Amino acid sequence: MKVYADNAATTKMSRTAIDAMLPYLDKFYGNPSSLYSIGQEAAEAMQNARETMARCLGCEAREITFTSGGSEADNQAIISAAVLGEKKGKKHIISTAFEHHAVLHTLNRLEKQGFEITLLDVHENGVVTPEEVASAIRDDTCLVTIMYANNEIGTIQPIAGIGEVCKKKGVLFHTDAVQAAGHLHIDVKAQNIDMLTLSAHKFHGPKGIGALYARRGIPLTNIIEGGAQERGKRAGTENVASIVSMAAAFEEACDHIDENAKKISALRDKLIDGLSKIPHSVLNGDREKRLPGNVNFCFEGIEGESLLLLLDQKGISASSGSACTSGSLDPSHVLLAIGRPHEIAHGSLRLTLCEWNTEEEVDYMLQVIPEVVSYLRSISPIWRDLAANKKQFIL
Amino acid sequence: MALYSEKVMDHFTNPRNVGVIEDADGIGEVGNAKCGDIMRIYLKIDDGIVKDAKFETFGCGSAIASSSMATEMIKGKPIANALALTNKDVVDALDGLPAHKLHCSVLAEEAIKLAVQDYYEKIGLEYDKSGFPDCENCQTCKECR
Repeated sequence: MKVYADNAATTKMSRTAIDAMLPYLDKFYGNPSSLYSIGQEAAEAMQNARETMARCLGCEAREITFTSGGSEADNQAIISAAVLGEKKGKKHIISTAFEHHAVLHTLNRLEKQGFEITLLDVHENGVVTPEEVASAIRDDTCLVTIMYANNEIGTIQPIAGIGEVCKKKGVLFHTDAVQAAGHLHIDVKAQNIDMLTLSAHKFHGPKGIGALYARRGIPLTNIIEGGAQERGKRAGTENVASIVSMAAAFEEACDHIDENAKKISALRDKLIDGLSKIPHSVLNGDREKRLPGNVNFCFEGIEGESLLLLLDQKGISASSGSACTSGSLDPSHVLLAIGRPHEIAHGSLRLTLCEWNTEEEVDYMLQVIPEVVSYLRSISPIWRDLAANKKQFIL
Repeated sequence: MALYSEKVMDHFTNPRNVGVIEDADGIGEVGNAKCGDIMRIYLKIDDGIVKDAKFETFGCGSAIASSSMATEMIKGKPIANALALTNKDVVDALDGLPAHKLHCSVLAEEAIKLAVQDYYEKIGLEYDKSGFPDCENCQTCKECR
Protein backbone atom coordinates (compact mmCIF):
# COMPACT_ATOMS: atom_id res chain seq x y z
CA MET A 1 0.00 0.00 0.00
CA LYS A 2 1.21 3.52 -0.80
CA VAL A 3 0.33 6.18 1.78
CA TYR A 4 1.21 9.83 1.33
CA ALA A 5 1.20 11.25 4.85
CA ASP A 6 3.31 14.37 4.41
CA ASN A 7 0.70 16.94 3.42
CA ALA A 8 2.32 19.60 5.59
CA ALA A 9 5.40 19.35 3.37
CA THR A 10 3.35 19.64 0.21
CA THR A 11 0.13 18.36 -1.28
CA LYS A 12 -0.88 16.68 -4.49
CA MET A 13 -2.56 19.17 -6.81
CA SER A 14 -6.32 18.86 -7.15
CA ARG A 15 -7.94 18.24 -10.51
CA THR A 16 -9.63 21.64 -10.11
CA ALA A 17 -6.27 23.36 -9.66
CA ILE A 18 -4.68 21.59 -12.63
CA ASP A 19 -7.65 22.27 -14.92
CA ALA A 20 -7.69 25.91 -13.87
CA MET A 21 -4.06 26.46 -14.81
CA LEU A 22 -3.86 24.67 -18.16
CA PRO A 23 -5.53 27.34 -20.38
CA TYR A 24 -3.01 29.88 -19.11
CA LEU A 25 -0.12 27.75 -20.27
CA ASP A 26 -1.17 27.14 -23.86
CA LYS A 27 -4.03 29.49 -24.72
CA PHE A 28 -3.93 32.71 -22.73
CA TYR A 29 -0.18 32.76 -22.39
CA GLY A 30 0.18 36.49 -22.91
CA ASN A 31 2.00 38.78 -20.53
CA PRO A 32 -0.63 40.46 -18.36
CA SER A 33 1.19 43.78 -18.79
CA SER A 34 0.69 43.66 -22.59
CA LEU A 35 -2.18 45.55 -24.12
CA TYR A 36 -3.25 43.06 -26.84
CA SER A 37 -6.04 40.66 -26.09
CA ILE A 38 -4.20 37.52 -24.98
CA GLY A 39 -2.28 39.68 -22.55
CA GLN A 40 -5.41 41.36 -21.28
CA GLU A 41 -7.19 38.03 -20.95
CA ALA A 42 -4.39 36.91 -18.67
CA ALA A 43 -4.65 40.17 -16.72
CA GLU A 44 -8.38 39.66 -16.29
CA ALA A 45 -7.92 36.09 -15.07
CA MET A 46 -5.39 37.34 -12.57
CA GLN A 47 -7.79 40.00 -11.33
CA ASN A 48 -10.52 37.38 -10.90
CA ALA A 49 -8.06 35.23 -8.97
CA ARG A 50 -7.21 38.17 -6.74
CA GLU A 51 -10.88 38.74 -6.02
CA THR A 52 -11.41 35.07 -5.21
CA MET A 53 -8.48 35.06 -2.80
CA ALA A 54 -9.77 38.25 -1.17
CA ARG A 55 -13.27 36.84 -0.77
CA CYS A 56 -11.92 33.73 0.98
CA LEU A 57 -9.82 35.84 3.37
CA GLY A 58 -12.42 38.54 4.04
CA CYS A 59 -10.38 41.37 2.54
CA GLU A 60 -10.26 43.52 -0.60
CA ALA A 61 -8.61 42.37 -3.83
CA ARG A 62 -6.16 45.27 -3.74
CA GLU A 63 -4.88 44.05 -0.40
CA ILE A 64 -3.50 40.85 -2.00
CA THR A 65 0.04 40.70 -3.41
CA PHE A 66 1.07 37.57 -5.26
CA THR A 67 4.51 36.22 -4.35
CA SER A 68 6.66 33.22 -5.20
CA GLY A 69 5.42 31.47 -2.07
CA GLY A 70 5.28 31.52 1.70
CA SER A 71 8.93 32.33 2.35
CA GLU A 72 8.91 35.42 0.14
CA ALA A 73 5.65 36.65 1.66
CA ASP A 74 7.00 36.16 5.20
CA ASN A 75 10.20 38.02 4.30
CA GLN A 76 8.32 40.90 2.71
CA ALA A 77 5.80 41.28 5.54
CA ILE A 78 8.48 41.38 8.24
CA ILE A 79 10.86 43.63 6.36
CA SER A 80 8.02 46.03 5.48
CA ALA A 81 7.02 46.29 9.14
CA ALA A 82 10.66 46.77 10.16
CA VAL A 83 11.13 49.60 7.65
CA LEU A 84 7.99 51.32 8.96
CA GLY A 85 9.07 50.78 12.55
CA GLU A 86 12.56 52.12 12.01
CA LYS A 87 11.15 55.37 10.60
CA LYS A 88 9.34 55.88 13.91
CA GLY A 89 12.30 54.73 15.99
CA LYS A 90 10.51 51.49 16.90
CA LYS A 91 12.91 48.60 16.62
CA HIS A 92 11.40 45.83 18.72
CA ILE A 93 9.69 42.76 17.23
CA ILE A 94 7.80 40.00 19.02
CA SER A 95 7.57 36.48 17.67
CA THR A 96 7.75 32.91 18.95
CA ALA A 97 10.57 30.41 19.27
CA PHE A 98 8.92 27.90 16.93
CA GLU A 99 8.20 29.98 13.82
CA HIS A 100 9.15 28.78 10.36
CA HIS A 101 12.72 29.61 9.35
CA ALA A 102 11.38 32.07 6.75
CA VAL A 103 10.37 34.16 9.75
CA LEU A 104 13.17 33.30 12.18
CA HIS A 105 16.00 33.87 9.72
CA THR A 106 14.53 37.19 8.63
CA LEU A 107 14.35 38.20 12.29
CA ASN A 108 17.97 37.11 12.79
CA ARG A 109 18.98 39.40 9.99
CA LEU A 110 17.06 42.31 11.50
CA GLU A 111 18.66 41.61 14.86
CA LYS A 112 22.08 42.07 13.25
CA GLN A 113 20.81 45.40 11.93
CA GLY A 114 20.00 46.62 15.42
CA PHE A 115 16.47 45.36 16.01
CA GLU A 116 15.60 43.71 19.28
CA ILE A 117 13.71 40.44 18.97
CA THR A 118 11.61 38.86 21.71
CA LEU A 119 10.75 35.21 21.09
CA LEU A 120 7.83 34.12 23.25
CA ASP A 121 7.84 30.76 24.97
CA VAL A 122 5.41 28.33 23.34
CA HIS A 123 5.10 26.07 26.40
CA GLU A 124 4.92 22.29 26.34
CA ASN A 125 1.57 22.35 24.52
CA GLY A 126 2.89 24.57 21.71
CA VAL A 127 0.44 27.45 22.21
CA VAL A 128 1.09 31.08 23.17
CA THR A 129 -1.54 33.21 24.90
CA PRO A 130 -2.76 36.72 23.95
CA GLU A 131 -1.90 37.78 27.51
CA GLU A 132 1.74 36.84 26.99
CA VAL A 133 1.77 38.81 23.75
CA ALA A 134 0.20 41.79 25.53
CA SER A 135 2.77 41.82 28.30
CA ALA A 136 5.65 41.57 25.82
CA ILE A 137 4.50 44.61 23.83
CA ARG A 138 6.55 47.76 24.54
CA ASP A 139 6.37 51.35 23.36
CA ASP A 140 8.97 50.59 20.73
CA THR A 141 7.36 47.39 19.41
CA CYS A 142 6.73 47.67 15.67
CA LEU A 143 5.56 44.14 14.85
CA VAL A 144 4.10 40.98 16.31
CA THR A 145 4.58 38.02 13.97
CA ILE A 146 3.09 34.73 15.15
CA MET A 147 2.19 31.77 13.01
CA TYR A 148 -1.44 30.72 12.65
CA ALA A 149 -0.65 27.04 13.06
CA ASN A 150 2.70 25.34 13.51
CA ASN A 151 4.08 23.36 10.59
CA GLU A 152 5.58 20.55 12.63
CA ILE A 153 3.31 19.97 15.59
CA GLY A 154 0.15 21.54 14.13
CA THR A 155 -0.77 23.63 17.15
CA ILE A 156 -3.21 26.48 16.44
CA GLN A 157 -2.50 29.88 18.00
CA PRO A 158 -5.22 32.19 19.40
CA ILE A 159 -5.01 34.49 16.38
CA ALA A 160 -8.13 36.58 17.00
CA GLY A 161 -7.06 37.21 20.59
CA ILE A 162 -3.56 38.22 19.54
CA GLY A 163 -5.02 40.42 16.79
CA GLU A 164 -7.22 42.19 19.33
CA VAL A 165 -4.30 42.81 21.67
CA CYS A 166 -2.19 44.21 18.82
CA LYS A 167 -4.99 46.44 17.57
CA LYS A 168 -5.54 47.83 21.05
CA LYS A 169 -1.84 48.56 21.46
CA GLY A 170 -1.43 49.92 17.92
CA VAL A 171 1.15 47.33 16.85
CA LEU A 172 1.18 45.64 13.43
CA PHE A 173 0.26 41.96 13.49
CA HIS A 174 1.51 39.52 10.85
CA THR A 175 0.64 35.84 10.80
CA ASP A 176 2.29 33.11 8.78
CA ALA A 177 -0.85 31.16 7.83
CA VAL A 178 0.88 28.76 5.43
CA GLN A 179 -0.33 25.69 7.32
CA ALA A 180 -3.72 27.14 8.17
CA ALA A 181 -4.95 28.59 4.88
CA GLY A 182 -7.52 26.33 3.28
CA HIS A 183 -7.74 24.23 6.45
CA LEU A 184 -8.96 26.67 9.11
CA HIS A 185 -11.41 29.56 8.81
CA ILE A 186 -9.69 32.89 8.26
CA ASP A 187 -11.31 36.32 8.36
CA VAL A 188 -8.56 38.92 8.45
CA LYS A 189 -10.90 41.79 9.39
CA ALA A 190 -12.72 39.97 12.19
CA GLN A 191 -9.42 38.59 13.51
CA ASN A 192 -7.62 41.95 13.28
CA ILE A 193 -4.83 40.54 11.13
CA ASP A 194 -2.76 43.26 9.43
CA MET A 195 -0.65 40.98 7.27
CA LEU A 196 -0.98 37.31 6.39
CA THR A 197 1.13 34.84 4.43
CA LEU A 198 -0.19 31.84 2.53
CA SER A 199 1.21 29.31 0.08
CA ALA A 200 -0.74 27.44 -2.63
CA HIS A 201 0.95 24.05 -2.48
CA LYS A 202 -0.31 23.41 1.04
CA PHE A 203 -3.92 23.28 -0.16
CA HIS A 204 -3.65 21.26 -3.39
CA GLY A 205 -2.44 24.20 -5.47
CA PRO A 206 0.86 24.49 -7.37
CA LYS A 207 4.31 25.05 -5.84
CA GLY A 208 6.12 28.36 -6.30
CA ILE A 209 3.14 30.61 -5.73
CA GLY A 210 1.78 32.32 -2.64
CA ALA A 211 0.20 35.50 -1.47
CA LEU A 212 0.70 38.25 1.06
CA TYR A 213 -2.34 40.02 2.40
CA ALA A 214 -1.47 43.47 3.73
CA ARG A 215 -4.19 45.73 5.11
CA ARG A 216 -4.79 48.85 3.05
CA GLY A 217 -2.58 51.63 4.31
CA ILE A 218 0.39 49.42 5.14
CA PRO A 219 3.08 50.30 2.58
CA LEU A 220 5.05 47.24 1.51
CA THR A 221 8.80 47.34 0.94
CA ASN A 222 10.00 45.58 -2.19
CA ILE A 223 12.04 42.42 -1.87
CA ILE A 224 12.28 42.15 -5.65
CA GLU A 225 12.91 45.35 -7.60
CA GLY A 226 12.09 45.86 -11.25
CA GLY A 227 8.86 46.39 -13.16
CA ALA A 228 5.59 47.80 -11.89
CA GLN A 229 3.78 44.50 -11.38
CA GLU A 230 1.69 44.07 -8.22
CA ARG A 231 1.25 47.84 -7.88
CA GLY A 232 5.01 48.20 -7.95
CA LYS A 233 5.46 46.10 -4.81
CA ARG A 234 6.66 42.87 -6.39
CA ALA A 235 8.49 43.03 -9.69
CA GLY A 236 8.61 40.23 -12.24
CA THR A 237 6.16 38.97 -14.86
CA GLU A 238 3.33 37.34 -12.97
CA ASN A 239 3.03 33.55 -12.79
CA VAL A 240 -0.48 33.76 -14.23
CA ALA A 241 -1.20 30.05 -14.57
CA SER A 242 -0.17 29.38 -10.98
CA ILE A 243 -2.04 32.42 -9.66
CA VAL A 244 -5.27 31.27 -11.33
CA SER A 245 -4.67 27.74 -10.12
CA MET A 246 -3.98 28.88 -6.54
CA ALA A 247 -7.24 30.83 -6.45
CA ALA A 248 -9.19 27.82 -7.74
CA ALA A 249 -7.57 25.55 -5.16
CA PHE A 250 -8.12 28.03 -2.34
CA GLU A 251 -11.77 28.54 -3.22
CA GLU A 252 -12.35 24.79 -3.34
CA ALA A 253 -10.57 24.29 0.00
CA CYS A 254 -12.53 27.09 1.67
CA ASP A 255 -15.85 25.84 0.26
CA HIS A 256 -15.25 22.40 1.82
CA ILE A 257 -13.38 23.49 4.91
CA ASP A 258 -15.81 22.10 7.51
CA GLU A 259 -16.52 18.76 5.87
CA ASN A 260 -12.80 18.22 5.20
CA ALA A 261 -11.89 19.13 8.77
CA LYS A 262 -14.47 16.70 10.11
CA LYS A 263 -13.24 13.85 7.93
CA ILE A 264 -9.53 14.50 8.41
CA SER A 265 -9.68 15.05 12.16
CA ALA A 266 -11.49 11.73 12.59
CA LEU A 267 -8.60 10.00 10.80
CA ARG A 268 -6.10 12.03 12.83
CA ASP A 269 -7.72 11.05 16.11
CA LYS A 270 -7.69 7.38 15.19
CA LEU A 271 -4.00 7.65 14.32
CA ILE A 272 -3.20 9.49 17.57
CA ASP A 273 -5.12 6.98 19.67
CA GLY A 274 -3.40 4.08 17.95
CA LEU A 275 0.13 5.45 18.14
CA SER A 276 -0.35 6.46 21.79
CA LYS A 277 -0.38 2.74 22.59
CA ILE A 278 3.29 2.49 21.65
CA PRO A 279 5.09 2.47 25.02
CA HIS A 280 7.44 5.34 25.85
CA SER A 281 6.02 7.65 23.22
CA VAL A 282 4.46 11.10 23.42
CA LEU A 283 2.20 13.23 21.24
CA ASN A 284 3.84 16.57 20.49
CA GLY A 285 1.60 19.61 20.69
CA ASP A 286 -1.80 20.28 22.20
CA ARG A 287 -4.27 17.50 21.46
CA GLU A 288 -7.28 19.82 20.97
CA LYS A 289 -5.83 23.02 19.51
CA ARG A 290 -4.30 21.32 16.49
CA LEU A 291 -4.66 21.20 12.73
CA PRO A 292 -7.16 18.60 11.52
CA GLY A 293 -4.45 16.61 9.73
CA ASN A 294 -1.45 16.83 12.05
CA VAL A 295 -0.01 13.92 14.03
CA ASN A 296 3.43 14.28 15.61
CA PHE A 297 4.99 11.79 18.00
CA CYS A 298 8.33 11.17 19.68
CA PHE A 299 9.39 7.58 20.27
CA GLU A 300 12.12 7.11 22.84
CA GLY A 301 15.24 5.13 21.93
CA ILE A 302 15.11 5.49 18.15
CA GLU A 303 16.24 7.99 15.55
CA GLY A 304 13.87 9.56 13.06
CA GLU A 305 15.73 9.21 9.79
CA SER A 306 16.02 5.43 10.00
CA LEU A 307 12.33 5.35 10.90
CA LEU A 308 11.45 7.36 7.79
CA LEU A 309 13.59 5.17 5.52
CA LEU A 310 11.94 2.00 6.77
CA LEU A 311 8.47 3.54 6.48
CA ASP A 312 9.31 4.59 2.92
CA GLN A 313 10.17 0.97 2.15
CA LYS A 314 6.69 0.06 3.37
CA GLY A 315 5.19 2.70 1.08
CA ILE A 316 4.58 5.37 3.74
CA SER A 317 5.81 8.93 3.09
CA ALA A 318 6.30 10.80 6.36
CA SER A 319 8.70 13.30 7.92
CA SER A 320 10.74 13.79 11.07
CA GLY A 321 12.36 16.55 13.08
CA SER A 322 15.52 14.50 13.47
CA ALA A 323 18.83 16.29 12.86
CA CYS A 324 19.84 13.59 10.40
CA THR A 325 17.01 14.53 8.06
CA SER A 326 18.01 18.17 8.04
CA GLY A 327 21.76 17.77 7.71
CA SER A 328 22.41 19.86 10.82
CA LEU A 329 23.57 18.75 14.25
CA ASP A 330 20.49 19.90 16.09
CA PRO A 331 17.06 18.33 15.90
CA SER A 332 13.92 20.35 15.17
CA HIS A 333 13.86 23.80 16.80
CA VAL A 334 10.11 23.32 17.23
CA LEU A 335 10.49 20.20 19.36
CA LEU A 336 13.26 21.85 21.37
CA ALA A 337 10.99 24.90 21.85
CA ILE A 338 8.28 22.76 23.46
CA GLY A 339 10.91 21.38 25.81
CA ARG A 340 11.72 18.00 24.31
CA PRO A 341 15.32 17.05 25.11
CA HIS A 342 17.63 16.47 22.11
CA GLU A 343 17.67 12.69 22.41
CA ILE A 344 13.86 12.58 22.39
CA ALA A 345 13.50 15.11 19.58
CA HIS A 346 15.70 12.95 17.34
CA GLY A 347 13.06 10.23 17.48
CA SER A 348 10.16 12.23 16.09
CA LEU A 349 7.65 11.30 13.41
CA ARG A 350 5.25 13.69 11.69
CA LEU A 351 2.28 12.34 9.75
CA THR A 352 0.09 14.93 8.05
CA LEU A 353 -3.17 13.92 6.43
CA CYS A 354 -5.49 15.42 3.85
CA GLU A 355 -9.05 14.69 2.78
CA TRP A 356 -7.81 12.06 0.32
CA ASN A 357 -6.32 9.83 2.96
CA THR A 358 -8.52 6.88 3.91
CA GLU A 359 -9.29 4.84 6.98
CA GLU A 360 -7.60 1.84 5.33
CA GLU A 361 -4.42 3.90 5.08
CA VAL A 362 -4.65 4.85 8.74
CA ASP A 363 -5.14 1.17 9.66
CA TYR A 364 -2.12 0.26 7.55
CA MET A 365 0.03 2.92 9.25
CA LEU A 366 -1.15 1.70 12.65
CA GLN A 367 -0.03 -1.79 11.69
CA VAL A 368 3.36 -0.80 10.23
CA ILE A 369 4.59 1.98 12.52
CA PRO A 370 4.57 0.02 15.80
CA GLU A 371 6.43 -2.83 14.07
CA VAL A 372 9.11 -0.51 12.69
CA VAL A 373 9.51 1.33 16.01
CA SER A 374 9.86 -1.93 17.82
CA TYR A 375 12.43 -3.24 15.28
CA LEU A 376 14.56 -0.09 15.58
CA ARG A 377 14.39 -0.31 19.35
CA SER A 378 15.60 -3.91 19.15
CA ILE A 379 18.85 -2.77 17.49
CA SER A 380 19.29 0.40 19.60
CA PRO A 381 21.92 0.47 22.34
CA ILE A 382 19.95 3.22 24.08
CA TRP A 383 16.86 1.05 24.20
CA ARG A 384 18.89 -1.87 25.58
CA ASP A 385 20.16 0.33 28.42
CA LEU A 386 16.68 1.71 29.10
CA ALA A 387 15.12 -1.75 29.11
CA ALA A 388 17.88 -3.04 31.40
CA ASN A 389 17.26 -0.15 33.84
CA LYS A 390 20.78 1.17 33.25
CA LYS A 391 19.22 4.42 32.15
CA GLN A 392 16.02 6.20 33.15
CA PHE A 393 13.20 6.48 30.64
CA ILE A 394 12.37 10.09 29.82
CA LEU A 395 8.99 9.28 28.28
CA MET B 1 18.76 10.21 -7.47
CA ALA B 2 18.31 8.34 -4.25
CA LEU B 3 19.80 9.68 -1.03
CA TYR B 4 21.81 6.50 -0.48
CA SER B 5 23.58 3.96 -2.70
CA GLU B 6 22.06 0.50 -3.16
CA LYS B 7 24.79 -0.93 -0.93
CA VAL B 8 23.87 1.44 1.90
CA MET B 9 20.19 0.60 1.55
CA ASP B 10 21.01 -3.12 1.50
CA HIS B 11 23.08 -2.90 4.69
CA PHE B 12 20.50 -0.62 6.29
CA THR B 13 17.47 -2.78 5.55
CA ASN B 14 19.23 -6.15 6.02
CA PRO B 15 21.92 -5.28 8.52
CA ARG B 16 24.54 -7.97 9.14
CA ASN B 17 25.78 -8.74 12.64
CA VAL B 18 23.05 -6.93 14.57
CA GLY B 19 22.91 -7.84 18.22
CA VAL B 20 24.94 -8.44 21.32
CA ILE B 21 27.80 -10.76 22.24
CA GLU B 22 27.02 -11.60 25.85
CA ASP B 23 30.58 -12.66 26.73
CA ALA B 24 32.29 -10.10 24.51
CA ASP B 25 36.05 -9.68 24.87
CA GLY B 26 35.84 -6.02 23.95
CA ILE B 27 33.04 -3.44 23.72
CA GLY B 28 33.39 -0.03 22.10
CA GLU B 29 30.79 2.73 22.19
CA VAL B 30 30.90 6.12 20.48
CA GLY B 31 28.58 9.04 19.88
CA ASN B 32 25.91 10.39 22.17
CA ALA B 33 22.16 10.46 22.16
CA LYS B 34 22.06 14.23 22.06
CA CYS B 35 23.75 14.17 18.65
CA GLY B 36 21.42 11.46 17.44
CA ASP B 37 24.01 8.71 16.96
CA ILE B 38 25.23 5.99 19.28
CA MET B 39 27.12 2.99 18.02
CA ARG B 40 28.15 0.04 20.19
CA ILE B 41 30.37 -2.71 18.84
CA TYR B 42 31.01 -6.06 20.52
CA LEU B 43 34.01 -8.22 19.63
CA LYS B 44 34.86 -11.84 20.33
CA ILE B 45 38.60 -12.24 20.01
CA ASP B 46 40.56 -15.46 19.97
CA ASP B 47 44.24 -15.93 19.25
CA GLY B 48 44.57 -12.42 17.81
CA ILE B 49 41.65 -12.96 15.43
CA VAL B 50 38.28 -11.20 15.50
CA LYS B 51 36.14 -14.33 15.67
CA ASP B 52 32.87 -12.46 15.86
CA ALA B 53 31.63 -8.89 15.75
CA LYS B 54 28.17 -7.55 16.52
CA PHE B 55 26.67 -4.10 16.79
CA GLU B 56 23.78 -2.06 18.12
CA THR B 57 23.15 1.38 16.65
CA PHE B 58 20.84 4.27 17.46
CA GLY B 59 21.06 6.54 14.47
CA CYS B 60 20.23 7.23 10.88
CA GLY B 61 20.29 4.85 7.94
CA SER B 62 23.93 5.52 7.15
CA ALA B 63 24.99 4.90 10.76
CA ILE B 64 23.26 1.52 10.74
CA ALA B 65 24.70 0.64 7.31
CA SER B 66 28.20 1.74 8.38
CA SER B 67 28.05 -0.48 11.48
CA SER B 68 26.86 -3.40 9.42
CA MET B 69 29.56 -3.01 6.77
CA ALA B 70 32.36 -2.32 9.24
CA THR B 71 31.59 -5.43 11.31
CA GLU B 72 31.50 -7.50 8.11
CA MET B 73 34.90 -6.15 7.12
CA ILE B 74 36.66 -7.14 10.34
CA LYS B 75 35.06 -10.50 11.05
CA GLY B 76 37.58 -13.32 10.77
CA LYS B 77 40.47 -10.88 10.37
CA PRO B 78 43.48 -10.34 12.63
CA ILE B 79 43.22 -7.53 15.19
CA ALA B 80 45.80 -5.55 13.21
CA ASN B 81 43.43 -5.47 10.25
CA ALA B 82 40.55 -4.33 12.45
CA LEU B 83 42.70 -1.50 13.79
CA ALA B 84 43.79 -0.55 10.29
CA LEU B 85 40.19 -0.16 9.07
CA THR B 86 39.54 3.47 8.20
CA ASN B 87 36.28 5.29 7.74
CA LYS B 88 37.23 5.71 4.09
CA ASP B 89 37.41 1.93 3.70
CA VAL B 90 33.87 1.71 5.07
CA VAL B 91 32.62 4.50 2.80
CA ASP B 92 34.22 2.91 -0.26
CA ALA B 93 32.76 -0.48 0.58
CA LEU B 94 29.33 1.16 0.81
CA ASP B 95 29.79 2.82 -2.61
CA GLY B 96 29.89 6.22 -0.94
CA LEU B 97 27.92 8.22 1.62
CA PRO B 98 26.47 11.74 1.26
CA ALA B 99 28.97 14.37 2.50
CA HIS B 100 26.96 15.26 5.63
CA LYS B 101 26.82 11.55 6.58
CA LEU B 102 30.54 10.84 6.48
CA HIS B 103 30.76 11.15 10.27
CA CYS B 104 28.69 7.94 10.52
CA SER B 105 31.57 6.01 8.98
CA VAL B 106 33.97 7.70 11.41
CA LEU B 107 31.82 6.41 14.26
CA ALA B 108 32.20 2.86 12.93
CA GLU B 109 35.99 3.15 12.69
CA GLU B 110 36.22 4.60 16.20
CA ALA B 111 33.83 2.11 17.79
CA ILE B 112 35.96 -0.77 16.49
CA LYS B 113 39.15 0.84 17.78
CA LEU B 114 37.56 1.41 21.19
CA ALA B 115 36.36 -2.20 21.33
CA VAL B 116 39.91 -3.40 20.64
CA GLN B 117 41.24 -0.98 23.25
CA ASP B 118 38.72 -2.34 25.74
CA TYR B 119 40.00 -5.83 24.94
CA TYR B 120 43.62 -4.73 25.50
CA GLU B 121 42.67 -3.15 28.83
CA LYS B 122 40.79 -6.29 29.91
CA ILE B 123 43.71 -8.60 29.21
CA GLY B 124 46.13 -6.07 30.66
CA LEU B 125 48.15 -5.65 27.50
CA GLU B 126 50.65 -2.80 27.13
CA TYR B 127 49.80 -0.77 24.03
CA ASP B 128 50.41 2.58 22.40
CA LYS B 129 47.41 4.79 23.31
CA SER B 130 48.14 7.31 20.55
CA GLY B 131 46.56 5.08 17.92
CA PHE B 132 43.16 5.16 19.62
CA PRO B 133 40.37 7.76 19.55
CA ASP B 134 40.55 10.39 22.27
CA CYS B 135 36.87 10.71 23.12
CA GLU B 136 37.49 13.11 25.99
CA ASN B 137 38.81 15.75 23.63
CA CYS B 138 36.77 14.94 20.53
CA GLN B 139 35.80 18.12 18.71
CA THR B 140 32.73 16.60 17.06
CA CYS B 141 31.24 15.53 20.35
CA LYS B 142 32.09 18.87 21.94
CA GLU B 143 30.04 20.66 19.28
CA CYS B 144 27.12 18.44 20.20
CA ARG B 145 27.28 18.92 23.94
